[in-house]
Amino acid sequence: MTLIEAENAIVEEFSMYEEWLDKYEYLIELGKSLQDYPESAKTDDKLIKGCQSRVWLDHKIEDGKVIFNADSDAIITKGIISLLVGLYSGRTPQEILSSDFSVVEKIGLKENLSPTRANGLVSMIAKIREVAAYGTEGLV
Amino acid sequence: MNVQEIRSLFPALSRKVYGKDLVYFDNAATSQRPQSVIDEWNRISSESNANIHRAVHRLADEATQAYEQARDAVKDFLNASAREEIVFTSGTTAAVNLVAFCFGEAYVREGDEVIVTEAEHHSNIVPWQMMCRRKGAVLKVLPVDDSGHLMVEELGGLLTDRTRIVAVTHISNVLGIINPVKDIIAECHSRGVPVLVDGAQGAVHCRVDVQDMDCDFYVFSGHKLYAATGTGVLYGKKKWLEDMPPYMGGGEMVGTVSFAETTYAPLPMKFEAGTQNFASAATLKPALECINLLNNNELIKYNDTVRDFLLDRLTSDGRIRLYGVPRGTNEEKIPLFSFSVDGVHHEDLALILDKMGIAVRSGQMCAEPLMDRFGVTGMLRVSLAPYNTMEEAEYFVECLNRAIDMLV
Repeated sequence: MTLIEAENAIVEEFSMYEEWLDKYEYLIELGKSLQDYPESAKTDDKLIKGCQSRVWLDHKIEDGKVIFNADSDAIITKGIISLLVGLYSGRTPQEILSSDFSVVEKIGLKENLSPTRANGLVSMIAKIREVAAYGTEGLV
Repeated sequence: MNVQEIRSLFPALSRKVYGKDLVYFDNAATSQRPQSVIDEWNRISSESNANIHRAVHRLADEATQAYEQARDAVKDFLNASAREEIVFTSGTTAAVNLVAFCFGEAYVREGDEVIVTEAEHHSNIVPWQMMCRRKGAVLKVLPVDDSGHLMVEELGGLLTDRTRIVAVTHISNVLGIINPVKDIIAECHSRGVPVLVDGAQGAVHCRVDVQDMDCDFYVFSGHKLYAATGTGVLYGKKKWLEDMPPYMGGGEMVGTVSFAETTYAPLPMKFEAGTQNFASAATLKPALECINLLNNNELIKYNDTVRDFLLDRLTSDGRIRLYGVPRGTNEEKIPLFSFSVDGVHHEDLALILDKMGIAVRSGQMCAEPLMDRFGVTGMLRVSLAPYNTMEEAEYFVECLNRAIDMLV
């Protein structure tokens, strides 16, 4: 599945949930399914600023693709980052940079999460882009 | 007036969020405003907008009168002995900063000591810390116990002949326990030490009589007690306010100005440099009139039942850890409850409750030292006003249980 297809699939999936609480149920399940993030990688340099909850984002490059791993101490945030990790992890830096990241707005998370949270989300996306941009320059 | 009649005075309370009736439980952060406050702000803005204290024209006179009448209302509200003891500020934070700076300039020297408590809001810690750093003074801290009560018995050991001032909150914005400020003040005074009381929550929930309390300074915000935002009050005993140097220099705080020397205006204008937020300050008068309406026995009794209900529910659920539990009667607790739920992040709870129409606060509540004291990264806080109902409290408990079930 291309990145655009994957983004569209998520938008479609979310459109099924009319109630906010159903969206949250879904995000909570996603959050619970996010793979284990090692405690040793919960370092300050991987901590994303702007969240009321704490978010850690780690990455590595394998075969020219960026592999993201992330964690949060709050489960809804963890669901959102699971969504983002699912979308952008395992893709080339070029693919990641081709996205306009509007998926977050399209599923209604940016407007509807609290401002502090939205800022955290913005910081998280900025970080993903930053990593991809370094990747294209072979700096990672 | 019963609770429904009171509610009808506050237009925001009838709105809906996400299609659900708003349940506003974040009153400790800011309270909603009655129509009378909104009307007063509008009246000044649309009819009497002119800079106060300066001009002789009609509009200036009307604006000045509204502003000064608000000062009289505050004086009566606090039972201050003179209107000169009431200084308007932009809020509690500004008032503490003013005292910390000016008091520090006048009386604090290297090696002196200042005492705050572990239960303070950042606004009653940081200004003192800044002053201590500037002066080379030492900041000492009176701890709280596991139930969230100040360990007043340790105060005597902290006070020394180098203690210059003690700053203590009337009611912590996290713990909601009414502190025995009168006893604290008496003990400090017996050692010759003045006391500043942070009344940001206390002025809203207690009948304050500054003469009876005998505090040296009492500070509070207007926006937490139904007035417009950007309003605050510093009460200070005349002898201190007269003796302390001014805070900011500029318009209307002066007597005469020349390049050689400037003399300062008499109290309270000495501390009110620059154009004041007069339209908002004037709303303190209708806000305090509203407080008088809320102080009726029928409503107080009702509010107490709501508080007791929530206190019971939040202390009887094994998953919930409440911070600030009364030791004696429930009367020492205001309807403000900060808690954590085992295995659940406060922010998740706040987000889900929001979607259920309930506005609560989550996070550190500007009291990081207190979060550290209880070993948490944050808490969830529900804080009620007299206009909140038993139905809202019951709905909250039901939603909280639902949210916890979703998350664990």
